[in-house]
Amino acid sequence: MNKILKYVIVDIVRNKIVLIYTFLLLLISLSVFNLESSATKGLLSLLNIILILIPLICIIFSTIYIYNSAEFIELLVSQPLKRKSIWISLFGGLTSSLCLAFFVGAGIPILIYHADLTGIMMIATGLSLTIVFVSIAMLAAGMTRDKAKGIGLSIFLWLFFSLIFDALVLFFLFQFQDYPLERVMVFLSFLNPIDLSRIQILLQMDISALMGYTGAIFREFFGNGFGIMFSFVGLLLWAVISLLFSLRRFNKQDL
Amino acid sequence: MRNLFFALLGVFSVVFHANAKVISVGKSKQFTSIQKAIDFSKNGDTVMVFPGLYKEGNIIIQKSITLLGRGYPVLDGENKYAIISIKAKNALVKGLKLQHTGRSEIRDLGAIMVYDSDSVSVINNILDDTNFGVYVQNSKKCTIKGNSITAYGKDEVQSGNGIHCWHSDSLTIIGNKIKGHRDGLYFEFVKNSLIEKNISTMNVRYGIHFMFSNQNTYIANVFERNGSGVAVMYSKKIHMYKNHFLNNWGDAAYGILLKDITDSDISGNFFTENTVGLHMEGCSRIKLSRNTFNNNGWAVKIQASCDNNDLTKNNFTGNTFDIGTNGSLVLNTFNGNYWDKYEGYDLQRDNIGDIPYHPVSMYSMIIDSNPAALMLFRSLIVTLLDKTEKILPGVTPENLKDNKPVMKKLPL
Repeated sequence: MNKILKYVIVDIVRNKIVLIYTFLLLLISLSVFNLESSATKGLLSLLNIILILIPLICIIFSTIYIYNSAEFIELLVSQPLKRKSIWISLFGGLTSSLCLAFFVGAGIPILIYHADLTGIMMIATGLSLTIVFVSIAMLAAGMTRDKAKGIGLSIFLWLFFSLIFDALVLFFLFQFQDYPLERVMVFLSFLNPIDLSRIQILLQMDISALMGYTGAIFREFFGNGFGIMFSFVGLLLWAVISLLFSLRRFNKQDL
Repeated sequence: MRNLFFALLGVFSVVFHANAKVISVGKSKQFTSIQKAIDFSKNGDTVMVFPGLYKEGNIIIQKSITLLGRGYPVLDGENKYAIISIKAKNALVKGLKLQHTGRSEIRDLGAIMVYDSDSVSVINNILDDTNFGVYVQNSKKCTIKGNSITAYGKDEVQSGNGIHCWHSDSLTIIGNKIKGHRDGLYFEFVKNSLIEKNISTMNVRYGIHFMFSNQNTYIANVFERNGSGVAVMYSKKIHMYKNHFLNNWGDAAYGILLKDITDSDISGNFFTENTVGLHMEGCSRIKLSRNTFNNNGWAVKIQASCDNNDLTKNNFTGNTFDIGTNGSLVLNTFNGNYWDKYEGYDLQRDNIGDIPYHPVSMYSMIIDSNPAALMLFRSLIVTLLDKTEKILPGVTPENLKDNKPVMKKLPL
């Protein structure tokens, strides 16, 4: 298992795309921090970029990588290896290399310019988002053998989590305007890893007071150590559950 | 004749001087009790209090005397009494340290109580752990200057106001530092007064709170980190210049809340890091110019119940929302302000943007009608909606716009 993991990591790190991704992130974060008047503002701009870019790159790169290594996977399956360990190593290789890319590209600039709790929180959520979207990508790639369909599905999933879900929430909000929805909102935010990360970081930035009662509810829930832990558990669950589903599929799949 | 006049004048002045005695109070002085010294004194005398701890309950001044502290003698209210009560003309209280006033549910107890007086001055005192600090009732032309007033109030019900003025006229309140009361400054039915260079911080409720107080002028005061910021209501002809409203951050905190304020002038003020910088409700004919709104949640919330207000030449920078409103009716004008979110162009290079700026974003309207939409704060969908709305206004009030936004930040 370790050997496969090593092969995968070496393969991905050698891949130019990940290098480009790293440099892109590095460029964006450095320029954002240098252009904005204050580091906090820079962090806010970076937040928007991270919440859109990371899921997109992670989900598409991972899906394509899985499809491209179909032959490699077939080769491995013909060996006396458990399918579970092959799949987990693939997942491990993808997440560790993409996490490394994120850490080098965005984490280090954040640590340089804004090394406080908010910055660390941002790095932590960025890393968890990476893990979550790699495992969602593996689920999408496992769904179908058709590469075009698989990539389409993963793009749709990205679009869903970063746009459509929020649009549905907005629709829902206006339909049930007359009801107290504050606590429902906390629950809804757990249904979307991107929302969860966003709210978590924004609360760290003390913008919660801006929003009256809802902000108070959010802060009451997410603002303390328990809430932070809970939301990271939420993100972890997203990663674990989609990985388990994809693993079940991979186990049964006729390659 | 002329000589006689001077001679008479000389005699009078000697007589006057002979009358104006200095009565000392202290250990091994003429008197050991302040109250006895005051009872002994006549109009125009000075009662000089030397350092020491005086526990005399409520000291009452009913003469035109000066009560002067040397080296801040301590007057202690033992958590039971109001410390000094004044009912006089031309009295002066200066240089005392007053501490531990009583608290009562029935009567207002404070460190310095001024009732039905004229031209009373309260200068350079230190007030510590007071219920009410300086309490002025039904008085005229009083001066409250350079006092440091500190309390440790925990909730609204249990604590009093720092400087409390009721039904008074022509007060001058300058350079006081007020901390930890219910309201830092409180005025009700006070008119023609000047409030200048006071610092009101960390009060339980409001930094300043006034109602039914017309024709007052507020200059260069600082209101910082108060529980609910500043609230002023039901007053006319208010002038506010160069005040600072800072760091009032909370669910119901406002830099300043104006309710039913009319015919006023608010200019040159700084609103920094408040949840809502300026909240206006039922206000008419207010001129808001040359103010700076920086890093607020909402810079200005202007309810549809306001009319004929005029926002001119203000700077709006780094606010999450520039203007919030709750309806589509717009009876106020916005002109020549600087908005850092303005994305227009200036072809003539005359520093005036060629297309109007709409300071109300769609999301701020959504939040106003549906606060739970907070969950989508800074999400992609909200950004997209805002951009679309900017191009094709549908939900936001179309008339709420600045026709001549300036391109460069105004030097204020």
